[in-house]
Amino acid sequence: MSEFLQQLVNGVTWGSVYALIALGYTMVYGILRLINFAHGDVYMLGAFIGLFASRWLHAGDHPSPGRALLVLLTSMLACALIGMVIERLAYKPVRKSPRLSALITAIGVSLLIENGGVLLFGASPRFFPQIVVQKPIPLAAGVVISNQQIIVIVVSLVLMLALRWLVVYTRVGKAMQAVSHNHMAASLMGISVDRIITFTFMIGSALAAAAGVLVALQAPRIEPYMGILPGLKAFVAAVLGGIGNIPGAVVGGLVMGIAEVLVTGYLSPSYRDAIAFVLLIVILLVRPAGIFGKAVAEKV
Amino acid sequence: MKLRHGTLLAAVLAATILAAGCGGGGGGNDELVIGEYGSLTGGDATFGTSTKAGVEVAMAELATESQGKIGGLTVRTVVEDDQSQAQEAATAVQKLINQDRVIAVVGEVASSRSLAGGPICQAAGVPMISPSSTNPKVTQVGDCIFRMCFLDDFQGRAVAQFAFQNLGLKKVAILKDLKSDYSAGLTEFFGDAFKKLGGTIIAEQSYQAGDQDFSAQLTAIKAKHPDAIYIPGYYTEVGLIARKARELGITQPLLGSDGWESSQLLAIGGDSMNGSYYSNHWALDMPNPRLQAFLKTYRDKYGGSDPDAIAGLAYDAANVLFGCLKKIAADDPATFKAFGSSKAGTPERKAAEAKLRDLIAATKDYAGVTGTITLDANRNASKPLVVLEIKGGKKVFNTSINP
Repeated sequence: MSEFLQQLVNGVTWGSVYALIALGYTMVYGILRLINFAHGDVYMLGAFIGLFASRWLHAGDHPSPGRALLVLLTSMLACALIGMVIERLAYKPVRKSPRLSALITAIGVSLLIENGGVLLFGASPRFFPQIVVQKPIPLAAGVVISNQQIIVIVVSLVLMLALRWLVVYTRVGKAMQAVSHNHMAASLMGISVDRIITFTFMIGSALAAAAGVLVALQAPRIEPYMGILPGLKAFVAAVLGGIGNIPGAVVGGLVMGIAEVLVTGYLSPSYRDAIAFVLLIVILLVRPAGIFGKAVAEKV
Repeated sequence: MKLRHGTLLAAVLAATILAAGCGGGGGGNDELVIGEYGSLTGGDATFGTSTKAGVEVAMAELATESQGKIGGLTVRTVVEDDQSQAQEAATAVQKLINQDRVIAVVGEVASSRSLAGGPICQAAGVPMISPSSTNPKVTQVGDCIFRMCFLDDFQGRAVAQFAFQNLGLKKVAILKDLKSDYSAGLTEFFGDAFKKLGGTIIAEQSYQAGDQDFSAQLTAIKAKHPDAIYIPGYYTEVGLIARKARELGITQPLLGSDGWESSQLLAIGGDSMNGSYYSNHWALDMPNPRLQAFLKTYRDKYGGSDPDAIAGLAYDAANVLFGCLKKIAADDPATFKAFGSSKAGTPERKAAEAKLRDLIAATKDYAGVTGTITLDANRNASKPLVVLEIKGGKKVFNTSINP
């Protein structure tokens, strides 16, 4: 029993990271009907910027909560700007083109960032410094949670709640909802659709950056291709929850994290990457719109 | 008309090439090209960089000894990076043989990549010396493949014996790398030997090189309450696994093999590595005078940093190769001439390579920095092994085990 509970703790930790990445996919999809394949690579950039920020702040040599927070915020801010640049340079010019063009552009941006990463950072893995000193905390019944796992879960939770507040209660959030319903109507109501779209990319990218730093804290090996698989899985998580649906992305991420850990722990890690896609196929067969998604009739 | 033009052109071209070929053959800029392939980048980067550094020390010594020449030919090494990937290793060896026309190949460290490059060298008849691949299958590829180190059946057995007898462990869990020949071999050899001694393997879990998270496997292992975890893998994953294990509250010792040997191991694993043991090819404080001389040269050349055993084995591999070449140059200068880069692809070169192969195979009582090297009929070295203990962030000699 304690083994199962421990696996759940491990699963929720990874699930929160998937959820953070999935949120970016789902938000962009909700507003643009675009699957931003470069999103996983922004997550990679987040980890690398976190690495450079912690070197610059000497956060590895003198770990302190303040420095760690600063590393996280620097990375989120930098990636928000990167998200803005990507949107302006790559996606905005093709926004009026067929959806396929945008999709192919997204794949192009993804390849550009990955290979640019190899060029800039090298192909060898780098190791993220211990910006928070690791400490196991025993819970009841032999279950152990580390302070790093707590940080991952708590930071993800705070960010998700902040996003929820932003979308539901603020003017800009309401504008985002309006844009996601109908671009034309929103712009007739005086909403600057371009600015809202850029803002959405920035928020999504900042969340991906946070996920990158949180993962690097837990699993300190970072490399330019580290975003591909988590990116794909987070995309599956977003579809699982119902793409375009924010609570759906969170639930999808958690389901994915827990499923992976259970498969690895009780079966074999060779099935771990497969489970994501098995889940995807099952959900597409049973509930094509995802757990929380509403089926929308296609206009003919 | 057109055809005649073509023929004329071909004739002119052929003449030019012939002339160029003759010029090269007679000139003094003929070289002796030795290939090396290794993981200079990627997950196992220190394996490749250490091998390169070891060969460079041997080259530097050759430079002071005889202006970098053997038998009048300048020795040049061509190093190819395989990015820690087996497919890339095959491509790298293809390039070394077909494009650089090397006379011999040094490489690889990881057994999977030696197994990818080996068959290509074997097919071309080019001798390949793996300094440090320990999986038995590596030299079974054919009579052109050699190694400078001990084998995994011995290594697995020795660590099992050490764990059972010296540490008094009875129940051990194994965490292996699914896709690595090295890891699969050691898992089998260690498991069999440990069970034969009277111990039990109470859990066997696996990971894949490149994985980010190991918490699921370690949780499953922890639930079985082992006395220790045997991790026959490479240093990057081992460091990450150790950190995760300590995070999950696993305080038992971790046991390992020579894939742990890297300057990066302690940098990645940090304090989590303390209280672990692994088998290795040497300990830096061993009294071997050759080793101590190598240590000094290496530290002078690389700003005071210590070599790992991978560098030592590569140094031995390069010197065994140089020794054989020097012997051919002294005893049979006519054959030796065929090693020149202008003779690539000729029947004389083939004969010279065969001669080199035979000489390497006859290596006997070579006093290397990693111990005395004698190659047996299967082209393997049989050497004692050292168990290192990681204590207070340092690797300390614990015991040595004879085959």
